[in-house]
Amino acid sequence: MTAALEFKAVGHDFATPNGTVEVLRAIDLQVAAGEFVCVVGPTGCGKSTLLNLAAGLLAPGAGQVEVDGRPLAGLNRDAGYLFQGDPLLPWRNARDNVALGLELRGTARAEAASRASAWLNRVGLGDAALRYPHQLSGGMKKRVQLAQTLVLEPRLLLMDEPFAALDVQTRALMENELLALWQASAAAVVFVTHDLEEAIALGDRVVVVTAAPGSRVAAEYAIDLARPRDVEEIRLLPRFIELQREIWQALRREVGRGRA
Amino acid sequence: MKTRRLWPYQLGLLLLVLGAWHVSTAYELLPPFFFGRPLAVAGVLRDWFTSGVIFGHLAVTLTETALAFCAGTVLGILCGMWLGLYPLAAGLLDPYIKAFNAMPRVVLAPIFAMWFGLGVWSKVALGTTLVFFIVFFNVYQGVKDVNPVIIANARMLGASRRQLVRHVYWPSAMSWVFSSLHTAVGMAFVGAVVGEYLGSARGVGYLILQAEGVFDMNAVLAGLVVLTACALLLDGLVTRVERRMLAWRPTSTTTEGV
Repeated sequence: MTAALEFKAVGHDFATPNGTVEVLRAIDLQVAAGEFVCVVGPTGCGKSTLLNLAAGLLAPGAGQVEVDGRPLAGLNRDAGYLFQGDPLLPWRNARDNVALGLELRGTARAEAASRASAWLNRVGLGDAALRYPHQLSGGMKKRVQLAQTLVLEPRLLLMDEPFAALDVQTRALMENELLALWQASAAAVVFVTHDLEEAIALGDRVVVVTAAPGSRVAAEYAIDLARPRDVEEIRLLPRFIELQREIWQALRREVGRGRA
Repeated sequence: MKTRRLWPYQLGLLLLVLGAWHVSTAYELLPPFFFGRPLAVAGVLRDWFTSGVIFGHLAVTLTETALAFCAGTVLGILCGMWLGLYPLAAGLLDPYIKAFNAMPRVVLAPIFAMWFGLGVWSKVALGTTLVFFIVFFNVYQGVKDVNPVIIANARMLGASRRQLVRHVYWPSAMSWVFSSLHTAVGMAFVGAVVGEYLGSARGVGYLILQAEGVFDMNAVLAGLVVLTACALLLDGLVTRVERRMLAWRPTSTTTEGV
């Protein structure tokens, strides 16, 4: 079976005023269709670069990124990308932001609006459809972003620390919602986070990336916790704690190296 | 809320100043020749409006303002979008743009007077150059300052280059244009009046020039009052347009702290 996304010995350099910095070195990674893969690693280890490469926003300096077995050239049209930060158009209300992708792809305005409304309902924002981004809270904006991406039914969902800026309660709520939405879809997910607990609670697999420069995949762990999961309850299971201890050993070395 | 409670005092302040002006000129503490008399100014205004003399002049000045505003805005938007989207062109023209912007453009008035004569068009040309640079810099800034995450997101959602311009760069530039409307309208007005003042046969600036020529301070001040009132009206109009067009913008009253 071909992978939905595959990194084959992918390396990437960035030019800086002090010379080039090797961000990624020989990354090998496979993501199967429908799989939820979490990538954890110390700050600045090139996790976002990894996603940008998967999205086709960056071209790899070495190696190859493959989508469904074919080398990726240009933007990855099958991918939806949940950016960190605030990518919503401030002059469009929530519904029109969700409809944006559909409109760009040539869907008629009325149909785009009705599908956008349906998605806003699914993420629990039916009442906020006409609000502008500045009238939405951080959690609500993330939901709009989710709806904006998922309305296009991507086969691969790239998420860059999407819930990092949210408070603990909102975050748990969003994580559960994400799991529910993901299970209802057929999308593969690459979820980048620096939070190991979040990675274990959400993922089928946790990939630990080494510290920069020259980040590689240090280790991969299959997360054999049953689904559907509740991210708050799952944290109390003995198996969860066991996995966390095991992966933390590997991660701690990298965090230590990153600081050194 | 606060302004509501303040307005009687604001009005009081105006009356106080007018009163002091009246008393000091009536008792010749200040020479009325240089400072005019408020009641005489009011008299000139009444004459202008009852005889209808002012309306023709006002129409000319406002026409010039409107034409300069439109021409400057359209040119500013076109050039701003162009240079914002093509960094190479922007780099090439950068020193010249800086030079033109640094130049005191009011001195272009005599040149325009020679090129376009003493009629409406020389004033329109002056106002256009004043408006152009304000709009141009705002559009340029608006195009360049779009958050890169917004662009990356729109591209991932499927935006082509043209769609990026239409759905991202253009609205962003427009929001900057609308926030510079106050200055732009003001500048169009300044261009019209200064142009008239430097040489014309009609317009409120011409009225002031005539009054100054015969040392009629009261009429000069009356012209000033008319211009100020017009500027305030235009500004109020712009505020209303702005409120409609920038409804999506955060203001202190609509932002919800959630």
